[in-house]
This record gives sequence, structure tokens and C-alpha cells, in this order.
Amino acid sequence: MSKLDSKIPEGPLETKWSSYKSSVPLVNPANKRSLEIIVVGSGLAGSSAAASLAEMGYKVKVFCFQDSARRAHSIAAQGGINAAKNYQNDGDSTYRLFYDTIKGGDYRAREGNVYRLAEVSAAIIDQCVAQGVPFAREYGGLLSNRSFGGTQVQRTFYAAGQTGQQLLLGAYSALQRQVGLGNVQMYARHEMLDVVVVDGKAKGIIARDLVTGKLERHSGHAVLLCTGGYGNVFFLSTNAMGSNVTAAWKAHKKGAFFGNPCFTQIHPTCIPVSGDHQSKLTLMSESLRNDGRIWVPKKKDDNRKPNEIPEDERDYYLERRYPAFGNLVPRDVASRAAKERCDAGYGVGASKMAVYLDYASAIERYGKQQANKLGETGASKERITQLGKDVVKEKYGNLFDMYAKITGENPYETPMRIYPAVHYTMGGLWVDYNLMTTVPGLYALGEANFSDHGANRLGASALMQGLADGYFVIPYTIGAYLSGQIRDKALPTDHEAFVEAEKNVQDTIDRLMNIKGSKSVDHFHKRLGKIMWDKCGMARNEKGLKEAISEIRALREEFWKDVRVLGGKNELNPELEKACRVADFLELGELMCIDALNRNESCGGHFREEFQTEEGEAQRDDANYMYAACWEFKPGVQFELHKEDLKYERIKVSARSYK
Amino acid sequence: MNLTLKVWRQKNASDKGSFATYQVNDISEEMSFLEMFDVLNERLIAKGEEPIAFDHDCREGICGMCSMHINGRAHGPWSGTTTCQLHMRAFKDGDTITVEPWRAKAFPVIKDLVVDRSAFDKIQSAGGFVSVNTGNAQDANCIPIPKDDADASFAAAACIGCGACVAACKNSSAMLFVSAKVSQFALLPQGQVERVDRALNMVKEMDAAGFGNCTNTGSCEAECPKEISLDNIARLNREYLMANLKK
Repeated sequence: MSKLDSKIPEGPLETKWSSYKSSVPLVNPANKRSLEIIVVGSGLAGSSAAASLAEMGYKVKVFCFQDSARRAHSIAAQGGINAAKNYQNDGDSTYRLFYDTIKGGDYRAREGNVYRLAEVSAAIIDQCVAQGVPFAREYGGLLSNRSFGGTQVQRTFYAAGQTGQQLLLGAYSALQRQVGLGNVQMYARHEMLDVVVVDGKAKGIIARDLVTGKLERHSGHAVLLCTGGYGNVFFLSTNAMGSNVTAAWKAHKKGAFFGNPCFTQIHPTCIPVSGDHQSKLTLMSESLRNDGRIWVPKKKDDNRKPNEIPEDERDYYLERRYPAFGNLVPRDVASRAAKERCDAGYGVGASKMAVYLDYASAIERYGKQQANKLGETGASKERITQLGKDVVKEKYGNLFDMYAKITGENPYETPMRIYPAVHYTMGGLWVDYNLMTTVPGLYALGEANFSDHGANRLGASALMQGLADGYFVIPYTIGAYLSGQIRDKALPTDHEAFVEAEKNVQDTIDRLMNIKGSKSVDHFHKRLGKIMWDKCGMARNEKGLKEAISEIRALREEFWKDVRVLGGKNELNPELEKACRVADFLELGELMCIDALNRNESCGGHFREEFQTEEGEAQRDDANYMYAACWEFKPGVQFELHKEDLKYERIKVSARSYK
Repeated sequence: MNLTLKVWRQKNASDKGSFATYQVNDISEEMSFLEMFDVLNERLIAKGEEPIAFDHDCREGICGMCSMHINGRAHGPWSGTTTCQLHMRAFKDGDTITVEPWRAKAFPVIKDLVVDRSAFDKIQSAGGFVSVNTGNAQDANCIPIPKDDADASFAAAACIGCGACVAACKNSSAMLFVSAKVSQFALLPQGQVERVDRALNMVKEMDAAGFGNCTNTGSCEAECPKEISLDNIARLNREYLMANLKK
């Protein structure tokens, strides 16, 4: 158990972080110049960490597989970022953000980490505004807010439906400034393929230059994995095509425990699958639930067009089941409710696996407001609709456009069809309060770690966590480790540990290239995704999970016998890149099922059909499962469970209710 | 639908490259353009031919990675749309579609449809930022900004850095990209301190990277998937002129 010391500082919750900051060891400026930090991934967590650490004087190297740091998938986050600013005077506070996050996560996250997250949230907004991030504003020039699921205050800051883009470009600009100053060396189109560990400490990485295919050795005093989540194990998800688990998985195989791998977020509002050709799924931001109303027909197999179904024949099932939060219940609850309706035969669209997200009443409400504002008493219905559409266009225009392009339908005229899809993974590498994994010197930030969202993440909290970790946590906590490394020179890259790690990577690549089988990488990836979605998706049960485990093992064996990777290894080869990633997904998938099977309860996004209340809500088992499940990798793709018990000193743990 | 594709194939930067023709049958109009490429690539792999390399990632029109020149237009026939958001509804049965990489001296081809756009990162490093270190910021609402200014700044900041403006321009000019970044900051109070240096340094880096001059034909604006306005170029010209007068 000694390996799982969360290192939460002593003392009252409110002062843990401030007293930690006052007592954490520092590294003096001269020593910082001789300490090298490797940052893998350039999304919100990676870019913000790299920029901040370089500003402090550390030497930083940043790696990303895309052609520029600005492409990382944080860019696609739409809706917003939470912060406990209480600018709306609606009773928000650090404590409320902390409480909402713990409750939203169904009491499966650490109090100490989450309180710190809420505490630093306000400074993130200040930092981003100072960088020139153009957030949405009111006419008085002050910042605007909106609501997200699982909260009853307006604490979400946004930039139209492109908040992730603007925040990432802010962090990217800070990063590029440091690149220009020579403090950061940027390695784009590079993929990390192993961690180099010496005497139990992370000392560097092996990376592949994706253009030349050459393997490179990079040494550092610390390695930060900011490599995002692993939702692409499902093949179809809202993740970018390149998003992968490889860096985290290589770290896992070198000794970093993997925390709560089965905690997956299925997002309720995505554009439904249209056919077998589908390569990814597209999210429609949760912010749409601010104004949109979700419904299905009251009649089974109702084939009428949505606009022909009268009001009293519609079932606004979220408003019916959860009157207190209505359409703004958390994501796990909304997703399950949509699945329940579709499974019961009330789904809509050609596939019957969709529900309506309707803007008609919002358009009318905004139209009337606008007409009043313009003094147009007695405006016609058409005029009101037009005014309403203009308001909706300003708020959500880019999302509506995207929907229209993908589906060929006009969402201003007809309700959108939506269905849940894999979106985010709460699980990830286990980290302590310092964000350090079980391998000293190896850190995980942002979605790559498991720390703050428990079993379900609230909307607009991923951006908050990525930037909190990068801007405001790691710059302090890394000192606790690096202050002890100032006497160590960087590991020379001809050290035997580098030689061996590089050889292992080379052998894996050679093995993949030499199989010369008959099926493409995507063929295997799609089959894995189907197993995961059917048996480890929105609803899980013991029988299905056991089947999934043996099916994945068989599929993995088949992959290593029959995959076909064309092209050369010493050149740009996207097929080889995919093959390396899918090989890791084929191991991770098994662990996710093992973890889901181990957790004999339902909590947050993890819904075991055997464990539900009479009303179909998730039923936790706090007596037996109030712990983070942390898995250690053993040779032969075996996993050993370690438990970190969760202690709630401040919050009273209760059944989660949004009714 | 059945299509004929003429796709640029080029082994690497030093290879001369040429068009290859592929017959692609049974394509559904619900597919995205890149999903049609996925299907083609799967068929090539089945035949033992090397699949076509192309850049793509988010497939939501925001990362700026995808970059195909389709039938002579950057990102293809739909305006205000990236290649990944272009759907096959835009084409009809029997069409011949020609697909090339971005063509510009500053964007050398790496392989097939993949080009090197690192020049954009260098321009960003030259001045596309506000020099504020982490931890020094005042309360966000201490800087009130008129909504119209914030909106205009956002409209410029919506640039995804895909390089379509360069590919569309007969001079391979990067003025729309550079002007969007300069404008984002020029319109905000936070950007004022470094306003002069920013305009000078970013333009200098742009010229050094080998991008051409702007002759105001407006093709960049017409092809920009995020519909970044040509007004930004006018603003950059003013910024640059003023900066030269001040320095």
C-alpha cells in the first residue's frame, strides 16, 4: 500500500493548498536552468505547463504528434470553462464548485484535489483574459456566463461554441512565446513510444520522428504526460482521430498505476451514427441544453415528423423525471435517460436511436424578448421567430452550422436528433496531490490523470482541470521532486537504459511491419470498439464483461498474427502510427472491462445493470467500493489491484439526487 | 455514387510526384469527404497498395489539420467549410474529383497530401502573444472591453491556422493568417503595449518564411473555412504603417 500515498497535506480543507505552497521546497533560478523537463502533449494541460515552467526558468522540451501544438484536441472543446468567480451574484463560491464537482462525480474523487481545483479556478480566467482570450462579454464590457449541467449557478465562461479553441490558442501563444525566446524546444510530428526509467525514476523518453521514422532519445529530470484521454478505445467517440492512450499505456507498463480505467463519460448530446463508414462522432455542446428542450414522442414508433407532433403528445422526459435540474442534469444521468427511452421503443429518426433536442420554444422566448426590447409591440409570429433565430444564431451559430453540414438538416426549422456518445475518460494514470504517478519523476496532467472528476465529470470542468494542472498546480508541485534532483546531471542518452528502451520500441515496430497479415488496422480497431460499446459502454453487466474480456484477448492475438501494415518504417507512415496505438488499445480495453467487472456497484458513468434503484438510478455501494481502483501492470498483460480508500472529511456523502 | 478520383501521390519531399487515378464506387452521400478517403484507403490496403497519406485530426472543423485542395479550391466546393466537414452530398454520381496538397513555397510537401506548415508556428513565435507570465494577472473584470470590440477580436481569433488562405492565393501570401492574429490583439486593451513590435516582427517573419505579397484579390477570404474577413488585412496594413512611423 505504501505506493499509494496520496500526499494530501494535513490541515483544514480551505488552507491545505496555501500552506502547501508556503512550505513546498523551491529550486533556485540557477538550478532551474540546468534542469530539463519533458512535456508530452500540447493541449491545455501540456501547453500551459510547458509555458509556465519555461517562464520560471526550467529548460523544457515539448512533444506532440500533430504538425503544430495548436492542433491538440483541447481545441475542439465547445461549451465553456467553469470558475467560481460569482460574477453573476448567484451565490457561487469555491465551496460550491468543490461540492458540485464531488457530487457530480458521484463521490469517487479526492476532497483535497477537488478543493484545490475549485480554489485555483478563478485565477485561470484572470490569466486567460490577460493573455487576450476573447471571452463572450455583456454590453457593459464585463464577462458573460452561462449554465452547465449539474449546477444551479451560472459559472461557465465561454467564447461562442469555441471556448476550447480560444483557451488553447491562449496557452499556445504563451508556449510559442517561450519557443521564440529559446526556453522551449518544440518537437511537432513526434510521438512518444516509451518512458526511460532508471533506478525507479523517470529519466527520459523514446520518441519517433513521424516524418523520418527515426527513433530519438531525449533525457530529462522529469517527464510530464499531458496526453489526454483514451475514449478512442471505442473507435467511435468525439475524440480526434489521433487521440490515443499510447504514452499513458507505456508509462503504465513501466510501473505507473492506472486509476479507475472503467470510468468513461458518455456525452448525451452527439450527432447520431449514420452508417458503417462513420469515422468519428460529433458533439453538440452541452451548452445547448441551456436553451434546448429534450423530448421523444409519447407514442411508441411514432413516425410523424417532429413538427407535426402536438405539444401534449411529447414527452419531455428529463423535465418529467428531474424537475429540479430538468434538461441540465449531469451527463451520465441525461445519457442513461436517453438510452432508456430509445431502448423502450420511443426513439426517433431512421435508426430509432435518437431523441430530439428542440429549440422552438427558445426561439419563441428570445424572439419575444427581443421584440420587447425593440419596442415592437404586436410583432407578427414570423417576425418573432426571425428575431429569436437571430439570438440563437449569435449564441450557438457555429454548432447549428456544424449540425446542418453533417446531417443536411436545418436545426433552426426542425429539432436536432441527438444520441449519447463516448466523450471523455475520467480514469487515467493514478497521481498523488503533486500530480506525480507511482513512478517518481513521471507526472500526469489534465485528462491523462484520474484525479478530479470521480465517476462522472461535469460539463466545462475539463478545460478548468487542464489549465489548473498546467498553469497553477505543476509549477509548484514539481519543485517537491526537482529540488532533490539538482545534483543529478541529465542521463546521457548512450546510457544502457536508453539503448534498451529504444531497442524494445524498434522491435515492436519491426514486429508490426513484419506480420504482413490480411486485415487493416482499422478493421481491428472497429471490432474492438464494438465489443467495448456493446459490453463496456453505457450499461454493463457481469456476463457481458466476462465475454468482452475473452473476446478482447482473442482479438489481440488475431491482431498480432494478421494485421497488415503497408509502407516503410523510415518514413511518414500513418498506418504504422495507428497500428502502434491500436496495439495499446487492445490491452487497455481488457483492463477497462476487468475494472468494470471488479466494481460491483453503479456510480456516475459506470452503470452496472445489476445495481440500480427501482427508478433505474445508479446504486452505489459505499461500504465496499468507496475507493479508487488502481491497477498495476504485470508481465503477460496481467493486472493487480491496489486500492486507495477515499475519505470524506468535509462533505456528507449521500445518494446523488437531481430530482 | 461512383466517382473518379485523381489524387496527388508523392513519396517524400524530394520525389517529383504525380497524379494517380482511382475509381471509387459505392460512396454514400452521408459520408464526409475524409470518410470517403478512409474507404478508398481501406480498399487500397486490401489490394496491397500503400494508402494515401493526408493530414486530419479532429474532424469537427476546428483543429485546422485537414488541408486538401479539391477541384482547384482549398477545402473544396462548400464555402466556410473545412475538408473534414465537407460531405459527399456536395458531389454527384459520375463526378471526377481532383485532390492536391496545399501548393506554396513556404509549405513544402512531406508526402502525398501532407505539407509542412511549421512556418505558421514561427510567425506566431515572432509576436502572436501578449507577454504575460503565469500568475501575474489582475481580476478578469478589471479590464472591461466593449462587446463589439470583444466580438470583433473573437471573429479574428477564430482562425484555425489551416493555411487555406495561402493555398488559395495566387501569390501564396499569408496575410490573412497574420492579420487575423494581429487584429485579435490590436482590438483588445491587453494587446496595446506590444502593438508596434507585434506588427513589425510578425510581418518580418512572414516575409522570411517565403510567403508572397498581398495583391488584394480576396481569394483568401473567399476560401477561408472560418470566413475570416479581408478587413483584417486592411487593419494589418494600417498597423504596419503606423508601426513603421513610430519606430
